[in-house]
Amino acid sequence: MSAQRRAQVLLAILAVALIVLPFVSGSYVLSVATLILFFAFTGQAWNVMMGFAGQLSLGHSLYVGLGAYAAAGLFFHYGIGPWAGVWLAIALCVVAGAVIGFLAFRFGISGVYFALLTIAFAEFTRIGFDHITWLGGAAGLFIKVEQRDTWDLLNLRGTPKMFYFVMLALAAGAFAFCTWLLRSRAGYYWQAIREDEDAAQALGINTFRWKMLAVVISAAMTGVAGVFYAFYYNNLFPEQTYHISRSIEIILGPIIGGLGTLFGPILGAAVLTILADSITEIMAAAGIEVPGVKQVFYGLCLLVVIMFLPNGIWPAIARRLGLKDK
Amino acid sequence: MSAVNGSPILEVRELDLYYGDAQALDGVTLAASEGEIVAIVGSNGAGKSSLIRTIAGIETQRRGMVRFRGQDIGGLPSHRVCELGIGQVPEGRQVFPSLTVRENLEMGAMLRRARARLAQTLEEIFELFPRLKERERQPAGTLSGGEQQMLAIGRCLMGQPELVMFDEPSLGLAPTIVQEVFHTIRRLHERGLTIILVEQNVAVSLKLAQSAYVLENGRIAMNGTGAELLADDRVRQAYLGL
Repeated sequence: MSAQRRAQVLLAILAVALIVLPFVSGSYVLSVATLILFFAFTGQAWNVMMGFAGQLSLGHSLYVGLGAYAAAGLFFHYGIGPWAGVWLAIALCVVAGAVIGFLAFRFGISGVYFALLTIAFAEFTRIGFDHITWLGGAAGLFIKVEQRDTWDLLNLRGTPKMFYFVMLALAAGAFAFCTWLLRSRAGYYWQAIREDEDAAQALGINTFRWKMLAVVISAAMTGVAGVFYAFYYNNLFPEQTYHISRSIEIILGPIIGGLGTLFGPILGAAVLTILADSITEIMAAAGIEVPGVKQVFYGLCLLVVIMFLPNGIWPAIARRLGLKDK
Repeated sequence: MSAVNGSPILEVRELDLYYGDAQALDGVTLAASEGEIVAIVGSNGAGKSSLIRTIAGIETQRRGMVRFRGQDIGGLPSHRVCELGIGQVPEGRQVFPSLTVRENLEMGAMLRRARARLAQTLEEIFELFPRLKERERQPAGTLSGGEQQMLAIGRCLMGQPELVMFDEPSLGLAPTIVQEVFHTIRRLHERGLTIILVEQNVAVSLKLAQSAYVLENGRIAMNGTGAELLADDRVRQAYLGL
């Protein structure tokens, strides 16, 4: 069997498993699975910027938050459903990403300084949103929880199973989209920029334009995740939504799974979420309560992966399975 | 000087470049005629790379003019300059290490001027550098230093440039490989390419060049034919250690 064939078979098995899962699992497993898919999606989005184009963002919570607040605000005040709100979310994230990208790339801010800029934007948005009373301010914005036993896809109100399938569709869509992106001309240019930006520029690649495209696509995708976040959790606090720890959570999956790979963000999200949740469960069962244990655990995971699998888990597994993932 | 051979393909006049307050180029004037090799020699920090980067549109000059085929290109962004037919083999080779040899080469042909003839140019490059053909599917990072330099040259040629600027092509290579690189440059010259050669290897590049400039502290200290400079006492003392 060729590598491509094997990859297709494995993907098909995974797809079937993910579709069957909610019918055989309990509500706890379903919630963990939904969370995994959420991080698989955001990881995929972040990976477009960092993994493909080599631009480190440590402020992706900004786009989650903007997307979440945009859709939730429209729904809360005007009863406009998320399928309309998602377009506002995308538009806001595109504008925010374009502003950050323009400031950075136009004035030659790169590397660590670029990362700092992304943090700064997320941070002052967090503080700013504390004072926007129209969106609940620091006290939070709450969407009414209702109709938990039926599916209202139009308004994204329904059972956990519905949310699971929505998130599954989003994650699958992101995977397909990123596969296509990586093989497109843009994907080609991004890899050149990631590997050696000076050389890319010397070859006549308009690095400014392609870096901007990466940021804007990544921001828009993350904004979509934000819309889901708002309607899944039904409450938004600037302190949580925009917090830097949320940005870190987003980037851990793709780093541990494999930067720049297509399957790495998915695998990384699964490994991290499952392990972190088990640890929390075990600790709870043992009656030990230590705040921040999840963060310590994330740190340990990162350490282990950096030491033993500096390219992430997925490339190592892919090699074992005789697969290619570019 | 070189304008005697007809109107120059590249003309640089009174170029001043600053990095912040530090002046890197001071009134640099030079010209390259169609099909000639122009050597720019000088010690470390003399401004050689700055000059190339300014012509390529990566740095923007504060004063002065750059003209290519009569068109003012000073201040154009680098991708536009490449599109006009000015190619660059950057210092230190700078191949894309995890992309294959073939992908590296294809990346060089993404310019509008070169895209349509990609397959044909690729064949020509493989003819010029058979070793690249053998290593077509290998990641570029696994190539030897000499092979990487060939790849960097081939990648630049994929963009079908009319003028190629080499920045220290012999840097960090073994002597036999250096010979090979200079041999390649001579062959490209024979094919009619105009070449600007920035080198620390003064003796070889002056022998190769029809006209040459000595850059010192961002200023043109001397210019003449390659042979003239090679015979000049000051050049012999300062750069050839004779």
